[in-house]
Amino acid sequence: MSYLELLKLASPEAIVAVTALVVLAVGLTKSNPATICSFLTAAGLAIAAAAVLRLPAHANLFGGMLVISPLNALFKVICLALAFVTVPLSASEKSLRNPSEYLAMLLLATIGLMLLVGSEELLMIFIALELLGLSLYVMAAFDKTDVRSAEAGLKYFLFGSTASAFTLFGISLVYGMSGSTALASIAQKLSTGGVQPLLAAGIVMTLIGFAFKIAAAPFHLWAPDAYQGAPIPSAAFIASGSKVASFVVLGKIVLVGFGPVAGSSAWHAMMAGWSPVLAALAALSILLGNFVALAQTNVRRLLAYSAVAHGGYTLLGIVAGGREGFSATLFYTTIYAITLVGAFAVVGMVKRETGGDDLQNFAGLGSRSPLAAACMSIFMLSLAGLPPLAGFFGKFYLFSVAFRAGGNHGLLWLVIVALFGSFVSLYYYLIVLRAIFVDQPSESRHPSPVTRHFSDDGVVAVLATLVLLLGLLPQTLAERILASLP
Amino acid sequence: MIAWTIYLTLGGAVVLFFLPRAFVRWIALATTVSGFAIGLATFCRPDVDFAHFTTIVRVPWIPALGMNYQLALDGISLTLILVTGLAAICAVLFSWDVNERAKEFFFWLLMVVGGSYGVFLSADLFLLFLFYELVIVPKYFLIAIFGSTNKEYGAMKLTLYSFFGGALVFLGIIAIYVSGGSFDLSQLSQFQFSSQLQGWVFPILFLGFAVLAGIWPLHTWAPTGHVAAPTAGSMLLAGIVMKLGAYAALRVAMNLLPQGFQMWRNSFAVFAVIGIVYAAAVALRQQDLKFVIGYSSVSHMGFVLLGLATANVFGVSGAVLQMFSHGVIGALLFAVAGTMIYRRTHTRDLDALAAMNLRRALPFAAFTFVVASAASMGIPGFSGFAAEITILIGAWKTYPLAVWIVGAGMVLVAAFTLRALKRSFFDVDLTATSASAPEMEPITIPEKIGASLLMVATLAVGLYPRILLDRIQPAVEAMRFLK
Repeated sequence: MSYLELLKLASPEAIVAVTALVVLAVGLTKSNPATICSFLTAAGLAIAAAAVLRLPAHANLFGGMLVISPLNALFKVICLALAFVTVPLSASEKSLRNPSEYLAMLLLATIGLMLLVGSEELLMIFIALELLGLSLYVMAAFDKTDVRSAEAGLKYFLFGSTASAFTLFGISLVYGMSGSTALASIAQKLSTGGVQPLLAAGIVMTLIGFAFKIAAAPFHLWAPDAYQGAPIPSAAFIASGSKVASFVVLGKIVLVGFGPVAGSSAWHAMMAGWSPVLAALAALSILLGNFVALAQTNVRRLLAYSAVAHGGYTLLGIVAGGREGFSATLFYTTIYAITLVGAFAVVGMVKRETGGDDLQNFAGLGSRSPLAAACMSIFMLSLAGLPPLAGFFGKFYLFSVAFRAGGNHGLLWLVIVALFGSFVSLYYYLIVLRAIFVDQPSESRHPSPVTRHFSDDGVVAVLATLVLLLGLLPQTLAERILASLP
Repeated sequence: MIAWTIYLTLGGAVVLFFLPRAFVRWIALATTVSGFAIGLATFCRPDVDFAHFTTIVRVPWIPALGMNYQLALDGISLTLILVTGLAAICAVLFSWDVNERAKEFFFWLLMVVGGSYGVFLSADLFLLFLFYELVIVPKYFLIAIFGSTNKEYGAMKLTLYSFFGGALVFLGIIAIYVSGGSFDLSQLSQFQFSSQLQGWVFPILFLGFAVLAGIWPLHTWAPTGHVAAPTAGSMLLAGIVMKLGAYAALRVAMNLLPQGFQMWRNSFAVFAVIGIVYAAAVALRQQDLKFVIGYSSVSHMGFVLLGLATANVFGVSGAVLQMFSHGVIGALLFAVAGTMIYRRTHTRDLDALAAMNLRRALPFAAFTFVVASAASMGIPGFSGFAAEITILIGAWKTYPLAVWIVGAGMVLVAAFTLRALKRSFFDVDLTATSASAPEMEPITIPEKIGASLLMVATLAVGLYPRILLDRIQPAVEAMRFLK
């Protein structure tokens, strides 16, 4: 294989890397580079997405290190799109003093996402995780004027690096047991022999790293502080892009690589394997996330705990397994990412107007800016799973797949936990809406008139429309995902 | 054509936002009137088959999962469409004076109405559930923004109860879909679900829907919600929303899972009877006029559930007739208490009202309340009597004991109704204060029209119940659990 051919297959990643370098260079030469850098970033991401679409349908380089398949291509585009909508968010965030560096970090994180999605080999996955993680740590700590941002970055970094260590150790154990790091050959090796203690340790440790990435309880402790302290676009990107890619690769690892040692999490027939581990993580995340979210007064912390709970719901599809299960997980995590970026965009608008993002800062938003308020209610109600929004269909898809999986509705317990959790969750989403539409802002705080960015309104409106459309016509995305799965 | 009830109402809700504020209430009125007119026109058409749940629209929606946008109509849904239209018109008329945030108000109001039309017409389980949940959030805003006493608490309680019921229903629907492999209600009603599945899915589904119908012991949202709601909100809750639960319990739970129904109907009959008597007893002790009416709603909806549990033609037809009847009477009672009295006196405390000599001040309100109370008590000649007697005839065949208990309960209903009537309008010593009638804003024209509409409806159905029963009964006979 010639280098030219390799470059051709890796062209999307290469384009994003080049864009990152260009953006950095422009930032060094210009005195006020914000606008031009945002434009360059957006253009680079768009070109990369076009390049993804021009790739051949199937290719496999170096034993799975870089795999091109319909699924990977689809999710590369989705990750690029999520990075794309993060760009206008960072353009309106005035606290980022070096926009070109920030955007370069965003682009590097995006390369991490694309490699993560596009690899089916454990070492490469680990490298991609690290690239993504390191870029995100910097992005979380980027607001140098805010001590909370530093706290967010540090917490994220400490938890993240510990989790990476676990994952690396787990991968080494799995390699020791199977003699390979490519997912397909691991699966072959594992199909004989069953779950030995050492392998079990390897699997659990590998999963810990991903549980950290998707903020599943009990590995979620970084999330509230990171979501609350990090600059808005960083938080949005951590909650959306990073999560989508993690779910894609987690699904691939457990369903493809560890497929033979799934075990079972059906109620009366629990069997050792990764499935009961993930089921326990899911149940714990759903209960803990939803109950702790009830007590939050800061909207970003509330979104963080709700993210924990949503991570739990999303795991249901992987636990259910199979093509349908994976497809349900991917659908849910995608619409969740879209919804959350939108919600963070609204939080950003409110924060710029009122100087904070507590619930009381949202009071009177309904009369102050009806568009933002309407969009926020669409996001919140979609997260709560009310029709006709995308979250409702996503939950229906996930729960029905989980209900069907396992002999004799063995996963019914998990479905009941999830339904109970989403019942609880409506309360705190309604609290946000109550603040927006019912509460009146207290006299003392007069929201200072801030120049509104058209791009902000645009992003929020587009995302809200998308959430509504995906709720009314979910098959446009769901069928695409299902068709891309082997 | 009947499908336009949904489109017009939801469309009207959206159009409201783009028009000047002066037009808002007229748009709302035009929308609701045309919804009712469409219902009435369909009602009068001789060529419509009311005996079967006939499909009127069917468009593939999510083909991969077998979901269709499918609407259908039979006598039962038409009856409920009519009461929805009627209650909606009157709700708009009784909110004629809403000026603050009027656009939002009528938007949420029309969303509730449109969603309810959708539930009554859906022939696809997924679609039905979608409309069913669509109604939840508008209710919250209607109450939390525009309500009165303890509004945020009442709104949240009501919403959480509805959503809790919704979660149960969600589970039931997933179970039905996964086992039956379809969402089409008419296909599913041919499908034989295993009796084990029916045994556990039926109670979940029925209870989930019945939460909204105010089944004891999950009824407590109803009184608080009704009290907290603005007048139009209470009218919609009593007139329409509580019927959504009962209708869906009949259309989905009972019709799809007949064996489960047979297993569980005795328990639900017990719940219904307890609900009727208990709510009536509680109503007797209330000081707030709206609480009295709120509990009376629970009691009347208990009749609906009892009728459904009898599993014979009389009982179930009576239940559907009672849904219509209570929709009209409940809306009327709340209209009097919420707008005619509360807006003018700013109190609903029975003791305070007793001292006001309202009979002199608001003679039309007094007249309306007498009619509504008579209808509510089940005086012959009003729709309440026709419906309840049909239910009791049905119950006599299956649960004779229940008829005795409920008969005693009806005495309680009469007692609390008469008490409320006397305390609010007729509690003044005639010799002492006949001269001093307090000055109050007279009853307005829209209020008079609205009240007259509802009074005419309850009287018409009461005098000639066959006008509805003739269309309900064949549809009930076609139901699966009767075969």
